Amino acid sequence: MAILNRLLICVSSAALLAVCGPALAGDGQPSPWQMTFQKAATPIMEQITSFHTFVTVIIVFVALFVLGLLIYVMTRFNENRHPQPSRTTHNTVLEIAWTIIPVLILVAIAIPSFRLLFAQYDFPKADLTITATGSQWYWTYEYPDHGITFASIIVQEADLKPGQPRLLTVDHEVVVPVNKNVIVQLKSNDVIHDWAVPSFGIKLDAVPGRLQQTWFRAERTGMFYGQCSELCGRNHAFMPIAIRVVSDEDFAAWLDQHKKSAARDEPGKVATAEK
Amino acid sequence: MAAQTAHAEAAHDDHPHGWRRWIYSTNHKDIGTMYLVFALVGGVIGGLLSMAMRAELMEPGLQIFGNPEVFNVFVTAHGLIMVFFMVMPSTMGGFGNWMVPLMIGAPDMAFPRMNNISFWLLPAALSLLLISLFMPGPPGTHGVGGGWTIYAPLSTKGTPGPAMDFAILALHLAGASSILGAINFITTIFNMRAPGMTLHKMPLFVWSVLVTAFLLLLSLPVLAGAITMLLTDRNFGTAFFDSAHGGDPLLWQHLFWFFGHPEVYILILPGFGIVSQIISTFSKKPIFGYLGMAYAMVAIGVIGFVVWAHHMYAAGISVNTQAYFVFATMVIAVPTGIKIFSWIATMWGGSLNFRAPMLWALGFIFLFTIGGVTGVVLANAGVDRSFHDTYYVVAHFHYVLSLGAVFSIFGAWYYWFPKMSGYMYSEATAKLHFWLMFIGANLTFFPQHFLGLAGMPRRYADYPDAFAGWNMVSSIGSYIAFAGFLVFLFGIAQAFARKVHAPANPWGVGATTLEWTLPSPPPFHSYETLPRIK
Repeated sequence: MAILNRLLICVSSAALLAVCGPALAGDGQPSPWQMTFQKAATPIMEQITSFHTFVTVIIVFVALFVLGLLIYVMTRFNENRHPQPSRTTHNTVLEIAWTIIPVLILVAIAIPSFRLLFAQYDFPKADLTITATGSQWYWTYEYPDHGITFASIIVQEADLKPGQPRLLTVDHEVVVPVNKNVIVQLKSNDVIHDWAVPSFGIKLDAVPGRLQQTWFRAERTGMFYGQCSELCGRNHAFMPIAIRVVSDEDFAAWLDQHKKSAARDEPGKVATAEK
Repeated sequence: MAAQTAHAEAAHDDHPHGWRRWIYSTNHKDIGTMYLVFALVGGVIGGLLSMAMRAELMEPGLQIFGNPEVFNVFVTAHGLIMVFFMVMPSTMGGFGNWMVPLMIGAPDMAFPRMNNISFWLLPAALSLLLISLFMPGPPGTHGVGGGWTIYAPLSTKGTPGPAMDFAILALHLAGASSILGAINFITTIFNMRAPGMTLHKMPLFVWSVLVTAFLLLLSLPVLAGAITMLLTDRNFGTAFFDSAHGGDPLLWQHLFWFFGHPEVYILILPGFGIVSQIISTFSKKPIFGYLGMAYAMVAIGVIGFVVWAHHMYAAGISVNTQAYFVFATMVIAVPTGIKIFSWIATMWGGSLNFRAPMLWALGFIFLFTIGGVTGVVLANAGVDRSFHDTYYVVAHFHYVLSLGAVFSIFGAWYYWFPKMSGYMYSEATAKLHFWLMFIGANLTFFPQHFLGLAGMPRRYADYPDAFAGWNMVSSIGSYIAFAGFLVFLFGIAQAFARKVHAPANPWGVGATTLEWTLPSPPPFHSYETLPRIK
């Protein structure tokens, strides 16, 4: 029994560590041996993270409960210790309990679940609209309000600068202002792609022939990465998403610089945005 | 008198010999054996494909697959082969065919000759799929690289070569095989039970096969329609999935998943039946709450038809549609929980013996619970926003499949191998197999929850360096599981070499179903006299 207690403590500590370890997570990108979500950079992602913690605590309890029952049954009703089996095949109270209690648990999960889902689709008034078009195998971004268009292509390993994460770094990242509502419209030129940014808590397919939209409000500056999340062919793993969230002033400066370059150079070519 | 009978029997030597016995078989036991051998072949091929993938993913960078599209081809082939050519042939074709007639006291299946074509369609289907690996598919690569879900337009415009058409035809044949098999099982179970065996006295394995057969009958025609539409989009100028000409890629997803979701219950329900038989036998106690167990399976089957779009939460369906599917999907947790608790209640007060079949069944109960609860997490569209197309999903379905369905298959193997072959397996070898697989598979798939949480997408040949740690652990786990599989193969050879004869009932008083009244192996026509059930 002491062993059982110790085992229970070990496992629940591990579970607790797993759900309460955002401090271990990288900012805007994964970190080695990470066991949790990336640190939330939007209110929606905070809501996703806390809902997930809530549900995970429940399911860890359920799994440990089942494990505990199994261990008990295996030790107590081992044929050496319990040679005469009973013939009990019914217990109405038990059967009702293990129907009703799971229903109650599911209801408890459903309430915050629906709240989260409808919050994700409660589109705010847009401060900025951008369009992301998926192609095989890169993203093209447009800022329709400002007349900016550019392609965002992965930077090969040989061309990475120090500190730039492999397979996540692009030549021209999306730049958005902090604490502003950004609506992202998704399109596709060829097959289905998917625009996802884990630290923002957004993920939506880019389907050819459809215009779909999602939104986010980033509450921290910094670099935030995502990866294409719908199998789209050969270089599905090599068309990342990179977003640089900057202050309002930096965003205005970036806009100016791009409008000037767009006027000066051929359309679609963009000067590299510096830090 | 005796001499006359013996002479009469010799004159009525009632079954073919040599190759005709197998190619022309109308015997459910022989056909079941062929299905099991075929499933073994499928499992070897599917397993080697997964070993190659795990070897590639062990470290960041591309070490083995120079062309990442070939990795996608491996992902696709692994999924299709494990689903259609390993799990389904072993549970329904193999154990279903072998045990359902024996368990209900029937001389054979209702349509023995149709049973034959159900089997032989499968080697043809697998051959077409394997051929597709060597046909041009996406530009510059051979094989089909769309995942087992082959979403359009990747599977139409994105895969111009004939590999996709070969894969579509392979699925047609495999689907036809299962539809015909389903007809056979439904008719057999409804019409050929021995006198006294009412539906409510049937073994739960028979119930599980009956429910699964209905799911196959109703869902596979939708797959057939969908892949035919894919074929005509690709070759005959239709535009079902082409938005530029009035179609919609999401139509493919709805049609595929309308089949695809019942399909995953098809993969697990016979496993539920197998676990019920094993738990009851090795607890020396009847299953707790028989009717609840039977109708929980019916409920899972029925509700399984109205939850398909939980695979499409990120596709672009409306928030209200998502809300409905969240609700419906969560409902399935209730009958499933009833089963888990009923198995535990069966063991409670029993007299447990822990031979190999029981180890697999116990492992199933715990590990399927883990897989099931991560399914409850994924059911919630709000959090699936983060988990869709990540390794969290891969972890979930491998827990319910590799640690659920596969555990039930190995459990069934050890449970019924003495009956089918007439030989006892070595308990020590079997236990080694179990522990290697238990440790290996858990080590492979548990860390994948962490990878999904951290944001690693699925179907990726290479990944950002931060994901390296858990990927290494996962790959090492897969090698341990593979070692377990080699022990399994050794165990089969060892059993046939040792030739330790198995009695009619090696399991004792807990084995109460009809197959244990027959010799091991049973005579060609099973029952000399019609069993009567009180």
